[in-house]
Amino acid sequence: MARIIVVTSGKGGGGKTTTSAAISMGLALQGKRTAVIDFDVGLRNLDLIMGCERRVVYDFVNVINGEANLNQALIKDKRCDNLFVLPASQTRDKDSLTQEGVGKVLENLSKDFDYVVCDSPAGIERGATLAMYYADDAVVVTNPEVSSVRDSDRMLGILASKSRRAEQGEEPIKEYLLLTRYSPQRVKLGEMLSVDDVQEILSLHLLGVIPESKAVLNASNSGTPVILDDKSDAGQAYGDVVRRYLGETVPHRFLEEEKKGLFGRLFGG
Amino acid sequence: MGLLDYFRSSRPASAAVAKERLQILIAHERAQRGKPDYLPKLQQELLEVIRKYVSVDDDAISVTMEQDEDREILGVNIILPDDGERPRRGGG
Repeated sequence: MARIIVVTSGKGGGGKTTTSAAISMGLALQGKRTAVIDFDVGLRNLDLIMGCERRVVYDFVNVINGEANLNQALIKDKRCDNLFVLPASQTRDKDSLTQEGVGKVLENLSKDFDYVVCDSPAGIERGATLAMYYADDAVVVTNPEVSSVRDSDRMLGILASKSRRAEQGEEPIKEYLLLTRYSPQRVKLGEMLSVDDVQEILSLHLLGVIPESKAVLNASNSGTPVILDDKSDAGQAYGDVVRRYLGETVPHRFLEEEKKGLFGRLFGG
Repeated sequence: MGLLDYFRSSRPASAAVAKERLQILIAHERAQRGKPDYLPKLQQELLEVIRKYVSVDDDAISVTMEQDEDREILGVNIILPDDGERPRRGGG
């Protein structure tokens, strides 16, 4: 049985797809057979972030509708044998996702995979609620910014009431906080909510902090999950996140400002 | 801190404001969670009915829904003004 992880946040542009790509690649590199599904029907982008956009033939909705089977639709990652991508449909409307259809696809994937990562679209429409419905674990991607924190709290409410686990009275979804686009410099200046602030407000288990980083844009430009850029701060931070998720004790990094040289001291900020 | 930051340092820290606003807002939104969505409308309509007889403020009424072991309790709490102000209309 696969463990189903939803990457969610409510607000758009917070790093859900970057995180889905990084975590799924990280799990696969750790030897876990992993599938990552794009739930953003009509606005698919996971394929682009994963660098497999030209290999899309069939998609999630084709599989739900029985027009293709899973093996035809899953795209095997060229960098890691354990990783498969199920792209979203670009043309159909969101109503083509049904609870029953998603349930069947996840059930089939569960037979072959250790982890299924569900990349949720923004908002609280059908794609987002279905991405979280069957989840065992939720990674709540939050920026240190008021609207993002509020929306994350809203998603926590939905996770706690509208998921399969909630409806069937099972053990609740495990929720993890992933703080992204974090800038220790701005936190130090009192311009940005600190990781402690956000944790205090949301009272969630902290899975990791991803620093605001040039590496993220560089990675998406080239279609490489940022976790593969292991020289970069964001890449290393995602590496830590995956190891932490798998149960290792890994101290949090990149929470403090980097020491600058004289030039940086004079003109920084 | 860079040189430029010294000129900005008199500004209040906006993160502290953000934290306080979020704490208040999220406490409020969590309190509303899981309750029927007709409560605000019910509260508004009750207020209108009461105002036919008594002059009350907007915040004089609170409607709450509580879940007990085996039943839901709808609580309506109305704070009436001091005696001097009522009755507003004789007989309604």
